[in-house]
Amino acid sequence: MFAHPAIETTVLTKVYGSGHTEVVAMRDATLCVEPGQCAALIGPSGAGKSTFLTAVGLINPPTAGQIRIAGQLVMDGPRALTDPRRFRRQHIGYVTQKANLVGFLTARENVELAMRLNGVSASPARRRALELLDYLGVRERADGYPPELSGGEQQRVAIARALANRPGVVLADEPTAALDGHRGRQVMELFQKVAHEQGAGIIVVTHDQRALDVFDVIYEMEDGVIRRGSARAAEAALAGASDGGSGST
Amino acid sequence: MNLASRDIRHNLGRFALTTLGIGTLLMIVMGMGGIYRGLIFEATMLVDEVGADLWIVQRATRGPFAEISRVPQTMVDRVAAVPGVEQARQFVYHTVQRERDGKPLRMAVLGLDWPVDKGAWLPLVAGRALAQNHFEMIADRVLKLPLGERLRLGKETYTVVGLTQGMTDTSGNGFAFFTVQDAQAVQFDRPGEAIRLERAAREARTGTVDIGKTQPALLERAGGPAAGIPVLPPREISAVIARVAPGADDSAIVSTLSGWADVTVYRREAENDLLLLGVVEKARRQLGLFRVLLTIVSGIIMALILYTLTLDKLHDIALLKLIGAPNRTILGLILQQALAMGALGYGIAYLLGLRLFPLFPRRVVLTSDDLVQLAVVVGGISVLASLLGIWKALRVQPNVALMG
Repeated sequence: MFAHPAIETTVLTKVYGSGHTEVVAMRDATLCVEPGQCAALIGPSGAGKSTFLTAVGLINPPTAGQIRIAGQLVMDGPRALTDPRRFRRQHIGYVTQKANLVGFLTARENVELAMRLNGVSASPARRRALELLDYLGVRERADGYPPELSGGEQQRVAIARALANRPGVVLADEPTAALDGHRGRQVMELFQKVAHEQGAGIIVVTHDQRALDVFDVIYEMEDGVIRRGSARAAEAALAGASDGGSGST
Repeated sequence: MNLASRDIRHNLGRFALTTLGIGTLLMIVMGMGGIYRGLIFEATMLVDEVGADLWIVQRATRGPFAEISRVPQTMVDRVAAVPGVEQARQFVYHTVQRERDGKPLRMAVLGLDWPVDKGAWLPLVAGRALAQNHFEMIADRVLKLPLGERLRLGKETYTVVGLTQGMTDTSGNGFAFFTVQDAQAVQFDRPGEAIRLERAAREARTGTVDIGKTQPALLERAGGPAAGIPVLPPREISAVIARVAPGADDSAIVSTLSGWADVTVYRREAENDLLLLGVVEKARRQLGLFRVLLTIVSGIIMALILYTLTLDKLHDIALLKLIGAPNRTILGLILQQALAMGALGYGIAYLLGLRLFPLFPRRVVLTSDDLVQLAVVVGGISVLASLLGIWKALRVQPNVALMG
């Protein structure tokens, strides 16, 4: 159906330190997310999920392996084959575990900024920012600064920002951690909708068992290794995870 | 979207206070420059205002402003007789300190050669020039003597008939203008007892020599007023100032006057140089040095402030990188804030200076050249000061934003 996968990683490996202090955070992580596919990445804390996500987000380069986004080889080992920041700006929406908003900008400006950096002019950027905030239920807080918003409101603004440029790839690290169950499910459904309607490839690191059914595919990660799983297997894996932590390293 | 203005808007109080601090610092830098210029202005102002082409002073001295210079009053006639001299005037200058209303009153006394010079060239802001040979004075406003004020100096009382503005000597003392005769009276005023003792001593000395013993009339004259003794010289003046006739060869006049064994002659430029290089040079250099140091200190303080402001924003900067902001956006954020801080600080410095500098005891002269120069320096400092913050901002990694 599509010429290229939205996200394709090949034997990604990340090693921190060397010698006695060497830690392998990710080993031969291979994964493929097609355009229009919404994938969940689950696993216990310390499994390497966040390391994987930051590598795909061109934030933290892998030690070895390759990353292709929309068929374009962007990372070959630790070497970036494109300007990571520009590529991220144009093609990747990133939602961090904790809501990360620019402190001196209002909620609307935070969303608008992502588009302005991408060359969208002020008026359409403002209009879309308000639409997204409205869709995520925080329109009335558009002029509030991050410290004036609740954790959940901040997270929804961060999601709006990630979706602002209609990116081909969305990476979300525990995006619903600060949301209640209902709102969390709404957000997951939003990701699914974005994937299906915009043809974006989406990877969501999550521990939220209630929303696993919305994902098209589920990957499990343990000890730095990725395995393709199922919703049922994932639920079982999550139920067995006793630490209850965020799962992000 | 201008991030710098958004950040300033969000942290307006802190930015305003910081800018006010920088503005105050820049006002001091501006003030030091103004005092530096004021010193030069005060040093050369009188020489320029008097309008004399030549200064004839006591031989081997540097003129009345640098040291004591004494020439006989008759010198004015000798100079006036030199071909090419249009006008020669007596010049008396000295500094006195008296007490008025329990406070010290220090003034630079300058004698005007009545009736040739009644002070018409003075920049009067109130009152009039001198109208009589005695008991009138023109005072500068810095002396805080109101028009009509009667001031007792020595044995006489002088009435303030005119006021000038900004006429001060190299030490910042206001000028008081009298006729030469009154200026000398103020200068050579001695208590009656001292005069009586001197007359008695003179009479005693004369009585010990043959001529005194044999000529009682001489002995009697010796105990009388000094003005009645022909062998005693009249009061001396500080210098003679001369104006060269239009078309006359001033080199020839200088050559003639230089041939006289009892005087030294300076052209106006040379007299100015003597004042600048001799009287105020050290103060001028010290002020200049202090100004440079203050500018450097301002730069360091601005750099530290901008660096601290950048440190406070490191997480935001990392986040900007995470969402793909290019370096120029981040650079612009810091640089624009630095320039805004510098520009507003400069504006505050200027406005504060306009209000405060007139209250300074010494003259502060703000020239357009100096203001433009300082504006350029502040712009340069702003850019340089932001480099430290920019360096820090460019080093921060986007994953810092993920650390919460």
